[in-house]
Amino acid sequence: MKKWMRLFLKKIMRMLLLLLFVSVGAFLLVSLSPVDPLQANIGQTALGALSQEQIAKLETYWGVNEPLMERYMVWAGDFLRGDMGVSLLYRQSVSSVIMQKLLNSLLLMTFAWVISGVFGFVLGVLSGMNRGRTIDKAIKCYALLTASTPAFWLALIFLLLFSVWFKLFPIGLSVPIGMEAASVRLSDRLWHAALPALTLSVTGISNIILHTREKMIDVMESEYVLFAAARGEKKWEIFKNHGFRNVLLPAITLQFASVSEIFGGSILVEQVFSYPGLGQAVVTAGLGGDTPLLLGIAVISAAIVFSGNFVADILYGAIDPRMRKGGRP
Amino acid sequence: MERIPVLNVENLSVSFSQYAGVLRKKQIEAIKDLNVTLYPGEIVAVAGASGSGKSLLAHAILGILPYNASMGGRISYCGNSLTSAQAQELRGKEIVLVPQSVSYLDPLMKVGPQIRKNAKDKPSREKTLEIFNRYGLAAETENLYPFELSGGMARRVLISTAVLEKPKLVIADEPTPGLDAAAAKRVMEHFREIADEGAAVLLITHDLELAIETADRIAIFYAGTTLEEVQASDFAEGLKLHHPYTRALWQAMPRNGMQVPKGI
Repeated sequence: MKKWMRLFLKKIMRMLLLLLFVSVGAFLLVSLSPVDPLQANIGQTALGALSQEQIAKLETYWGVNEPLMERYMVWAGDFLRGDMGVSLLYRQSVSSVIMQKLLNSLLLMTFAWVISGVFGFVLGVLSGMNRGRTIDKAIKCYALLTASTPAFWLALIFLLLFSVWFKLFPIGLSVPIGMEAASVRLSDRLWHAALPALTLSVTGISNIILHTREKMIDVMESEYVLFAAARGEKKWEIFKNHGFRNVLLPAITLQFASVSEIFGGSILVEQVFSYPGLGQAVVTAGLGGDTPLLLGIAVISAAIVFSGNFVADILYGAIDPRMRKGGRP
Repeated sequence: MERIPVLNVENLSVSFSQYAGVLRKKQIEAIKDLNVTLYPGEIVAVAGASGSGKSLLAHAILGILPYNASMGGRISYCGNSLTSAQAQELRGKEIVLVPQSVSYLDPLMKVGPQIRKNAKDKPSREKTLEIFNRYGLAAETENLYPFELSGGMARRVLISTAVLEKPKLVIADEPTPGLDAAAAKRVMEHFREIADEGAAVLLITHDLELAIETADRIAIFYAGTTLEEVQASDFAEGLKLHHPYTRALWQAMPRNGMQVPKGI
């Protein structure tokens, strides 16, 4: 138990360190960018109408000429207190914008994550168990094909096929157009999330398939599977007794590590489907010079991706007896 | 009355097809013209250098050669030729393998269930404990994972897998590496015991001393084939050794002066 606590604390420390680096990096990049804080805050026309004195006054008010380090400390201090600043584009606090967008994105990403995980695992196992056969070749072919398909292109094709031609799914957004927010049902949301989620799954699945397939082949070529065969275990028994449990561990790691990929993919897909999620918000913030929102999203997404890997580590330790009992891995 | 051999391997050859370059396939012959015969109750050692492909003999008999391997010659079991379908039927029951190391056990499965192939019925559990008792393993060993076993325990667990059912042919593939002389001797006693119960034991080893001590007959394996088969006692005394390699091997043994003749 003590060992667990130490491991846990170590991971948390690592996460805090990572967030520190990400925030410093993002802050540095933003301050190096040509975005003029005054212009971004009050607008081009208003800036033109101000006198030099007023500009100087505003500059001191916002701390434009303070050293970088000091500005960072002020921002980070507010961030730690829960104040992430106000988004310039949405005119709301950054935390509420992120919360709102994140909920939309999470719906999409969870959907894609579960589908690509389950189907990727099953197809990968099937492929690895039947290495060299027709079914393996078919699955591998599919995986390689989707792996080399850009997510945004696939999104466009899906949009064209299912929304424009077959009219099965809405063409964009996360809720029906012109409907009151209060009367939006969960089914409406799911219906709008379906196509972007499907796109994300299709592109995310190939990675899972190919990795699971490799692991399955490793397991099938292992000495313990050879011995199981020597003891008369049939193919299904070998999978049931040895294959499944041995391929599940790497699959879990892979599944949680794929959070980052789904997250990255969602940016492109949300853009194509005009889906108001975190991915779209980050693009809008980037293009519109909305630095508070950009910084907030950078830190929050780093935290989410890290959490994925963190959960994988914890689960691995709980499931693998070699880790759990503290032996050599 | 003529005794029927449990196992008779005649002119066995095993070869692999491998890609040499992009499209050209090459056949690599790992075993050729191998002969070995085992009668009930005896231990026959196939002795040869490490990494010379001796394990393939075991895999060929069990019918578990890798997919890119092909096999020639004749293997007969209890008087009938052993087809791959029969091998599949018999392996793990009448023909068993004792593998060489703990890496042949599933790292994520507890030892007990692994020995009884995940069977959960009471007789199987009792049988496991009975075998553990026979080999001096504590009942708690059942709940250990392979990585928690010591070298000697692992060896006994591996032997335990062989005696779950009543085997007629036990193939022991390098059963003693990493064990000290005393432990290795104990392991060999276990195999002698199994042979005394009526099974034939095929001992695949690189340890010539050990083979002389425990086996009834020794087949000298070199360059993918068995050069000659001699009585262990004859080999010990250096008698009736016809092949130059066998004679050289005998001379190279510590007790015979460790001389290495030229040209070998």
